[in-house]
Amino acid sequence: MRLASFVLGLAFSAAALAQPAPVKIGMSMPQTGSLGAGGKAALLALQMWVDDVNAKGGLLGRRIEFIVYDDQTNPALTPGIYTKLLDVDKVDLIIAPYGTVPTAPIMPLVKQRGLLLMGNFSFQVNHTVKHDMWFNNSPWTDASSWSDGFIHIGQKAGAKTIAFLAADQEFAQNLANGARTLAKKAGLQTVYDQNYPPATVDFSAMIRAIRAARPDIVFVMSYPNDSVAIVRAINEIGVGDSVKLFGGGMVGLQFTPNMVSLGSSLNGIVNYNSYVPGVKYPGIEDFLQRYAKRALEAKVDPLGFYLPPFNYAIGQMLEQAINATKSLDHRKLADYLHKHEMQTIVGPIRFGPDGEWANPRVIHAQFRGVVDKDMEQFRHPGRQVILWPEQYKIGEAIVPFEKARGK
Amino acid sequence: MLFGILVGCFYAAVSVGLSVAFGLLDVPHVAHPALMVLGSYCTYLLGRYGWDPIVAGIALTPLFFLLGVAIYRFYYETFEKRGSDAGVRGLAFFFGLAFIIEVGLILVFGVDQRMVEADYIGKSLSLGGYRIPWRLLVAFGVALLLTAALTLYLSRTFTGRAIKAVAQDEPALRLMGANPVRIKQWAFGIATAVTALAGAMLIVVGPVEPSLDRVYIGRTFCVVVLAGLGSMTGTLLAGLILGVSESIVLTLFGASWAPAVAFGLLLVVLGIRPQGLFGR
Amino acid sequence: MKFWIGVAATVALAAGLALSGTNEYFFYAGYVVLQFVVLATAWNILGGYAGYVNFGTAAFFGIGAYTAVVLFKAVGAPLGVQILAAACASGLLGFGTGLLTLRLRGIFFSIATVAVIFIMHTAIVNWRYVGGATGVQLLRPPAMPLFDSYTRMLFVVMAVLAVAGVCIARYIEVSWIGRGLRAIRDSEEAAECSGVPTLKLKLFACTVSGALMGAAGAPLPMYMSFLEPASSFDLNYSVSALAMPMIGGTSHWLGPVIGAILLGSVQQIVTVTISNEINVLVVGVLLVVFVVAAPDGVLGLLRKLKWLHRSSR
Repeated sequence: MRLASFVLGLAFSAAALAQPAPVKIGMSMPQTGSLGAGGKAALLALQMWVDDVNAKGGLLGRRIEFIVYDDQTNPALTPGIYTKLLDVDKVDLIIAPYGTVPTAPIMPLVKQRGLLLMGNFSFQVNHTVKHDMWFNNSPWTDASSWSDGFIHIGQKAGAKTIAFLAADQEFAQNLANGARTLAKKAGLQTVYDQNYPPATVDFSAMIRAIRAARPDIVFVMSYPNDSVAIVRAINEIGVGDSVKLFGGGMVGLQFTPNMVSLGSSLNGIVNYNSYVPGVKYPGIEDFLQRYAKRALEAKVDPLGFYLPPFNYAIGQMLEQAINATKSLDHRKLADYLHKHEMQTIVGPIRFGPDGEWANPRVIHAQFRGVVDKDMEQFRHPGRQVILWPEQYKIGEAIVPFEKARGK
Repeated sequence: MLFGILVGCFYAAVSVGLSVAFGLLDVPHVAHPALMVLGSYCTYLLGRYGWDPIVAGIALTPLFFLLGVAIYRFYYETFEKRGSDAGVRGLAFFFGLAFIIEVGLILVFGVDQRMVEADYIGKSLSLGGYRIPWRLLVAFGVALLLTAALTLYLSRTFTGRAIKAVAQDEPALRLMGANPVRIKQWAFGIATAVTALAGAMLIVVGPVEPSLDRVYIGRTFCVVVLAGLGSMTGTLLAGLILGVSESIVLTLFGASWAPAVAFGLLLVVLGIRPQGLFGR
Repeated sequence: MKFWIGVAATVALAAGLALSGTNEYFFYAGYVVLQFVVLATAWNILGGYAGYVNFGTAAFFGIGAYTAVVLFKAVGAPLGVQILAAACASGLLGFGTGLLTLRLRGIFFSIATVAVIFIMHTAIVNWRYVGGATGVQLLRPPAMPLFDSYTRMLFVVMAVLAVAGVCIARYIEVSWIGRGLRAIRDSEEAAECSGVPTLKLKLFACTVSGALMGAAGAPLPMYMSFLEPASSFDLNYSVSALAMPMIGGTSHWLGPVIGAILLGSVQQIVTVTISNEINVLVVGVLLVVFVVAAPDGVLGLLRKLKWLHRSSR
């Protein structure tokens, strides 16, 4: 028995000699818990990148071995997982988990050890730690990059007053604080400002209060469950004819199952996005087509506009940096990422000194002509009309809100 | 205020099953919200074949009744029969059950939110510029009917009275020749059947995801205790108090304080009047 | 005597490991397991001995963690002070909760403690100084000179806390307090009639238990270098703290320790092996299997097998 295993081991090491050791890339990804749905879709995109690279012969002639653990969206688990990845699995490169909360606890760790960390849709997580080897893939940088476009569109439509409705949770509050400052700077008068607790059952009362305040802009910063409930409530109760612009920071309206089941009640809402069809990035259409096939098998978000392309882009950036520097040295890779423009399926990316995009590109798009129970419609440009940023703009906002809803 | 009443009735409806299971039978049924979410998902499944959620909810009740009987049977055999420590162990058991249901739902349906469609979802009743969503009205109506039906059942029928009797004085019932276990089993079945309907309403009111049960553990127990154990009308009133107080706090202090006030209320009630507001 | 040798050996072992070249990951995982030893032991003082099921572990744990944050932010207090203050704060919370609710029958007490979690959570969410809902990111101070890294130090700190917790639990168990608490569990009326000061004893147990939970929470902000309310007041802490003694056995101080090491390690191992939703399932199934098949936990099983002739007291 022992002999057999010895022989087997020999055979394996012989095989390993013939083939160079793989490049190990490790990460944790929320696959359960509140960020689980997005995490699974994001993971599929990264897996696609690994498969693509391996099909081309790997990185520096070495195959990629991809090691992923589920952090259950629990920040208490991520420090342990990343030390396991680094010290036990001995990975060569690490990628951050999707989201701010699971990422925050590993920032001091990577700074202390001087590691390159590719960020994954987190928000201002490098703010206090100030790690110079951090590179985020999200198209937003700070709170103003997010709300800038929305407030700009509102002002163009002649808005003077604004109402805020924000979830009392980590991300939405960050965003809301930024938006409040921006609104003040833009001279908008705040007529309603409400934080609501997680797991609020019904928003009818809040929507009524907003209606009574008669704002021009309603800026909503909400989480997936709440976003759906809010859209329903405005559909039933109405926000009143004063409102020109509604939406802004509603997380969850980018996810396919929600878009399909809300259908026509989405019309008129102007909301942030990372990518919508119509933005001409090289290679993204091909990616989304291939993604759609695999998403069906994997039972994850079938359209995958929001997270997957940006996760694929993480892989592309690593690939570009490694091939250019011919090295896996974290410092060299970080220097390269700082100095060069990255070519990805979500467009060219240049990084600022803090590791966020030098030129943020948060898209604001208005839902128009959406019909019920149809997923395929969202693949075509025009269901979400891009209003911001200027260089990708397709149309102007239809105001007021009730008119844009076709009522 | 009006919305407080509507939401309050909804709270009552999701708690009424627990009021029977925990209030009358003393079963620490923390898996109640998990069963409710299971009911929502079954409703969703039937909804894809064109079933109306409320009809689906009613159609599910016999199935859930049997499930409830089975759960109680198991609980009785393993815990109550063995005696004193049933409370603590039963609690752990139901927690485990809740986890298993939750993960089962994730494995089958994934972590995405699910919702149903029906004619009364997404429309509202217009009363002179005052628009009230139909889905809340439907939940309101079902809640009222459910509470009324259970109250009548418990006070007018023979089995209903037997259930109340078993809650008050089990040995006496045994002496009279009735089998308390069978009565309890029946009652637990009814409690679970009601949960199916509550689940249907849950998905009518808003989207549902597998881990939603955790939110409702606190809320449902809060309502049942506030009500005074096992009082059906009390449950309705307690649900209303919770709903209305949430909506008042929301307008006066801001919504982020709402959960604390509801539970603060519970603590105060427990401290001053442990038998609940409407307890026996 | 045997017990004290065990205590000394455990502390020495933890310190030795931390000073040795053992893999850093071990300390991250070990810290979590030890943290659960403290929580489970603390829970058992009230839940196991007196039969009062505390659901509010997450509240005490979270308040401990936030007390540490406040002290760290306000005056940069050292870790030891943070832990002491956290224990005081959570102990006080335990005392207050007990005062308000311990007159209630067991299950009402449980529900009241759930309410405490929600109230504390909401209060923290509305308190901007500690970051509110956004959470707060903290920079760790350098570790004490002896240790290679801060995590190693935290591991030893948690080991000391665990040992201290077990000592306290053991002391309570064997003293007249423990006898009184057991009398309460068996029959509160009978205990009251035979002159046991039931309310005082319960209050004492609730305070000590809360304080220990707070102490367990205090190093968390430093462990994560980050703290936010949703994950600090997570119901999972409550469930784990209840499940572990159940699995280990509630009548003896060793029960929660065994349960915590067993379930805690399984959770850690499953996280980095199976690593998907099955994770949560494992806890659920373990819980059900144990309460159904082994009502007195691992210790009960061992006793049945006559491995444990007499308890080590």
